[in-house]
Amino acid sequence: MAVLLIAEHDNSALNGVTAKALTAAAAMGSPVHVLVAGQNAKAVAEAAAKLSGVEKVLLADDTLYAHRLAEPLAALLVSLAPGYDAIVGPSTASAKNVLPRVAALLDVMQVSDIIKVVAPDTFERPIYAGNAIQTVKSNDAKKVVTVRTASFAATPEGGSAAIETVGAASDPALSTFVEESIAASDRPELTAAKIIVSGGRAVGSREKFAELIEPLADALGAAVGASRAAVDAGYAPNDWQVGQTGKVVAPELYVALGISGAIQHLAGMKDSKVIVAVNKDEEAPIFQVADYGLVGDINTVIPELKAEIAKVKG
Amino acid sequence: MKILVPVKRVVDYNVKVRVKSDGSGVELANVKMSMNPFDEIAVEEALRLKEAGKATEVIAVSIGPAQASETLRTALAMGADRGILVKTDGVVEPLAVAKILKGVVGEEAPGLVILGKQAIDDDCNQTGQMLAALLGWPQATFASKVVVEDGGALVTREIDGGLQTLKLNGPAIVTTDLRLNEPRYASLPNIMKAKKKPIAEKTPADYGVDVAPRLEVLKTAEPAGRKAGVKVGSVAELVAKLKDEAGVI
Repeated sequence: MAVLLIAEHDNSALNGVTAKALTAAAAMGSPVHVLVAGQNAKAVAEAAAKLSGVEKVLLADDTLYAHRLAEPLAALLVSLAPGYDAIVGPSTASAKNVLPRVAALLDVMQVSDIIKVVAPDTFERPIYAGNAIQTVKSNDAKKVVTVRTASFAATPEGGSAAIETVGAASDPALSTFVEESIAASDRPELTAAKIIVSGGRAVGSREKFAELIEPLADALGAAVGASRAAVDAGYAPNDWQVGQTGKVVAPELYVALGISGAIQHLAGMKDSKVIVAVNKDEEAPIFQVADYGLVGDINTVIPELKAEIAKVKG
Repeated sequence: MKILVPVKRVVDYNVKVRVKSDGSGVELANVKMSMNPFDEIAVEEALRLKEAGKATEVIAVSIGPAQASETLRTALAMGADRGILVKTDGVVEPLAVAKILKGVVGEEAPGLVILGKQAIDDDCNQTGQMLAALLGWPQATFASKVVVEDGGALVTREIDGGLQTLKLNGPAIVTTDLRLNEPRYASLPNIMKAKKKPIAEKTPADYGVDVAPRLEVLKTAEPAGRKAGVKVGSVAELVAKLKDEAGVI
């Protein structure tokens, strides 16, 4: 079964979720080819070529793919599809945008957000915010699959695949890129971070979020997350949201501060290795999944926590 | 310009679903059902565009059992002008929904279709993109801002790490994200008025669509549980445990 995996990248660096999705792709079959569609993205292709088990990297380098708009990227994937039995991508905003378009053009029912490859045509995936796990078998001739990368270990480096240039497909000319604002941050990315510090509604304001949550994250070298309630209230940007409809994460350590633990939030973080919860309501559902719970007011606990961590880290 | 808004009847946001003991699915009997939250945002956005004079009519469409007419009534009570119920029992996958919606678009010729980005039951996040593909229309998923201009739309999208703005040419598909708007509650007079608004009944066969599922559900199971741990008494104890017991800092 030949598998085409879409690389996640920003034209300059390969995103780490690609190596995790590769683990799922390799479990479905071989050979695995990785598609890098971008502009001036040679360095990305070189990084993908180093991943173990990749047979070939396809580099489609064209202004058409600079921002990976759904319409031209779907056209490219459909043009490559005849050579593959499965098209796979990580469950990122970019792949979630384009892959269902590809699936419909191929008349395939996509399998979204898989957490396990049971067989090349059979997968486990969460439904109802992870409150149930469905095992589904795809009877379509081709498979189109997105991968919940938090559920798969990263494939290590160790390969040296050939890089083959592929030409651009035709331009459907349906939409144009206007602008992009990507927040510059020295913090690790949410989906790749080993530690995540998350704040909820109890934080109280955008200012308090910046004053309490972010410095603690920085003290731990952590990424910053937020509950939907905190995002809804405008305390944190949308792409920090952890939960059913935001990011799904599984770090070594997840610190939930002032988060009550609605099922939609738990859906996004309950696979973390160690969960710490601080909440002043001792009945908060977050304590039912926390390894270490501390009942207290985050306004006093967070500064203490920061001081104590500084002591430990010396 | 007409705006078409597909709405899905799903288990209410606040209900914690239970897996059936025989593994055949989740328990849906006597469970509170509501409109998918992202679809409420889609209805609201369509209504705001109509109120701003950018649209002439808002049509809600639902694909599902007879009770999906209640979901349509909710949309009508919010302010949609009329409804279309495509009646079918059993599971309808996003690909089949997209095919039916393509048929509806063919009849109604809307300038914009606004959908929720994801239904909170199957968590698929596919229908809008699939409909755009089948129609050959541009798509802007995960929208946080929609500006309708002459012959198209300017849409700001939530992407990993920030925001992206696209210009869509001609009729287009938009799927809603959380921050696009805050949906209104239907007032009592509007709920009464909604009872008189028309709902047309159709079937998938009217659009020539076969809704037989492509995915075979072999099993539905409870997720692996997670046990509650311990409560600690102080910050110092917490940090000591994280360092010595868990070894994570």
